[in-house]
Amino acid sequence: MALDQSFVGRSYPPTEPYEVGREKIREFAEAVGDPNPAYTDPEAAKALGHPDVVAPPTFVFAITFKAAGQVVQDPQLGLDYGRVVHGDQKFSYVRPVRAGDRLTVTSTIEAIKSLAGNDILDIRGEVHDEAGEHVVTAWTKLVARAAEEA
Amino acid sequence: MTAKIAYDDVEVGTELPARTFPVTRATLVQYAGASGDFNPIHWNEKFAKEVGLPDVIAHGMFTMAEAIRVVTDWTGDPGAVVEYGVRFTRPVVVPNDDQGALIEVSAKVAAKLDDNTVRVDLTATSAGQKVLGMSRAVVRLA
Repeated sequence: MALDQSFVGRSYPPTEPYEVGREKIREFAEAVGDPNPAYTDPEAAKALGHPDVVAPPTFVFAITFKAAGQVVQDPQLGLDYGRVVHGDQKFSYVRPVRAGDRLTVTSTIEAIKSLAGNDILDIRGEVHDEAGEHVVTAWTKLVARAAEEA
Repeated sequence: MTAKIAYDDVEVGTELPARTFPVTRATLVQYAGASGDFNPIHWNEKFAKEVGLPDVIAHGMFTMAEAIRVVTDWTGDPGAVVEYGVRFTRPVVVPNDDQGALIEVSAKVAAKLDDNTVRVDLTATSAGQKVLGMSRAVVRLA
């Protein structure tokens, strides 16, 4: 069943702050096999002009996708999560995420489309730091594949 | 931000050093833990096949993380990345053997933009198939 268009534009309350730790960044960098010292060595990060180690560009997805759970699991929206695949992903950075950040995410439904029985949901996650400054925006396109006819 | 590549030294068509990234089942387990994405299609062959996949597949976000390394290795400073987007077109299938799969990434400068930024178009393939589409980054150079 097609999703309700009236949800387009709906924003969800900001999440509780996620505190970005140096060791979590290190763990993520090791998991993607990236030895860039800006992820693990505060001095190397400072030499590049950053106040502390920075996170790899896609690190923030773990935070924004968790926040998008508010949308995905909204019983009023009724998305069939068992049929969802990740279609597109985009980030726009004001600055890199870094250790010590306390980040909140505000998720908004940007678009709902129905194509050949598939539900397509575009979610925008605005990420702000503790001072209220904008850090990054993440756009996630989810596709719920059409259910087989009963 | 201090990218080690100067805007004036690149032109449309400049190629970034290409890279090949190996991915095994162990890689996926490690990425699941680090990212918090424990979807069983990324580690449980039986489950993956039950939902119609040929085998266990890599996390799309893992492939996205590997592809941008071609850009961050080039600039040196990961903070040089201003925008980055991809479309997940095909899965990276990861067999349960010592070899796993390979993700091959190439990239070139597609446009010179304002404010010392360039658009880099990325190509990522595995087993001869494109796995990312519309894969683009905007990068601020020195």
